[in-house]
Amino acid sequence: MLSFISKKSNSIASNTRNFLRHSTSSQALKPTEEVNSSNNKPKDGRKSYAEFRHIYPEFLPDPKIEFRNSIREKLERSDMIARRTLIDIPEFYVGTIMAVTVSDKHTPGKPLRFVGICIKREGCGLRSTFILRNVVDHQGVEVMYELYDPTIQKIEVLRLEKRLDDELLYLRDSLSEFSTFDSNMEAEILAEGTPVPVNPIKVQLKPRPWLERWERKNLKGVEKIDLPEKFFKRAAELAKPYEKYDLMKQYMGTIPEEEQNEIFAEIQSQLHKLEVTRKKMKRKRTFVKPTKLA
Amino acid sequence: MLMNSGILNGSRSVSNGLKYFHTSSCCREIQKMTKLRVVDNSEIGKRAMAEGKPPKCIHVYNKTGIGKIGDKVLVAIKGEKKKGILVGLKQNQKTKVPKFDSNNLVLIDESGTPVGTRIHVPIPTILRTILKEKTQSKGADYTKILAIASKFV
Repeated sequence: MLSFISKKSNSIASNTRNFLRHSTSSQALKPTEEVNSSNNKPKDGRKSYAEFRHIYPEFLPDPKIEFRNSIREKLERSDMIARRTLIDIPEFYVGTIMAVTVSDKHTPGKPLRFVGICIKREGCGLRSTFILRNVVDHQGVEVMYELYDPTIQKIEVLRLEKRLDDELLYLRDSLSEFSTFDSNMEAEILAEGTPVPVNPIKVQLKPRPWLERWERKNLKGVEKIDLPEKFFKRAAELAKPYEKYDLMKQYMGTIPEEEQNEIFAEIQSQLHKLEVTRKKMKRKRTFVKPTKLA
Repeated sequence: MLMNSGILNGSRSVSNGLKYFHTSSCCREIQKMTKLRVVDNSEIGKRAMAEGKPPKCIHVYNKTGIGKIGDKVLVAIKGEKKKGILVGLKQNQKTKVPKFDSNNLVLIDESGTPVGTRIHVPIPTILRTILKEKTQSKGADYTKILAIASKFV
């Protein structure tokens, strides 16, 4: 560690130059993006920590400094692993179509199943939640679930995909056909090792009034918004295009790479074990027993 | 017209000279003057919704004055006063309790019997518990609403 620091101080001039070049490049700089250095790669073909960050985002603690508590975080992680050994919590993203089965105390003995598109995923640790949305009988319905809720019996991923935006809250103000999903949908099985497909669909918004001012949000998954010129003028006034160069904000809003590696190194073997069992189950599901033909 | 559009900048657009302010759409709470949506097939409710004159809440029967899921409200519908039960809200709910895109209402009469015979939107299952708790042995029986529901979420 010390040697690393001294090396850094030796080449501080070149580093700053690098820094500046990064920050002025067109793509947004994420300090946690360049994880794939040689010493971080786990052995025997396991997933790298960079992938873990997207698949298991709730294992990373809240970067807010006043919420940090390393012991609590560690205990929470072990609880999360314990829960994951009991039920299969699959990989999913915002935009994925999922089905959640919960045991409902209001209707004893009859589990409730809800199918919908994941429009938001937030929180970390045991408090991480996601919101599913669907249109049932021409009525938009949303249900928020906690990922580690003990009443959840099953979480199924029916169609694994991503959308162009990080949050799909604009589906509330879009036409109902874009958030309608059949409750009897069958799970689509993706081939092993394929990257998660991104659905480039553009939804059409209803006319105003809206719940939020979507023209200011710089949404990619929305068709051209039909509004008078003054709305876009105001949106341009309030836009903060310089924010992506704010390194300090990015640093405070993310967990540093070294810490991420530490966290994932701690739980990696357990996660790997869970993945192996899941793959086994998946193979069992995809294998169709050949029937005898006459 | 100029003055109108200046005043109504924050509210809805001005259409054929009619101006109406929405005070409840932002906070999404059920309080007095909130417009609701009738979701059963009662004659009066169907006509009110078809004419585009949805009922307005004029009283909430609880101590806070803010209507929550399963609360009884008094509504003004087509010049009449009717009672109803809130069966789905726009407001953010607790986990596992569904949140709807509209504020749904089922009309009932004095004894708690629903006016219509069918509810054509899904109903949250938490109402089973809430309505059972609200039903007193000698008072109105609200659980009859559950019998006419078509779907639970």
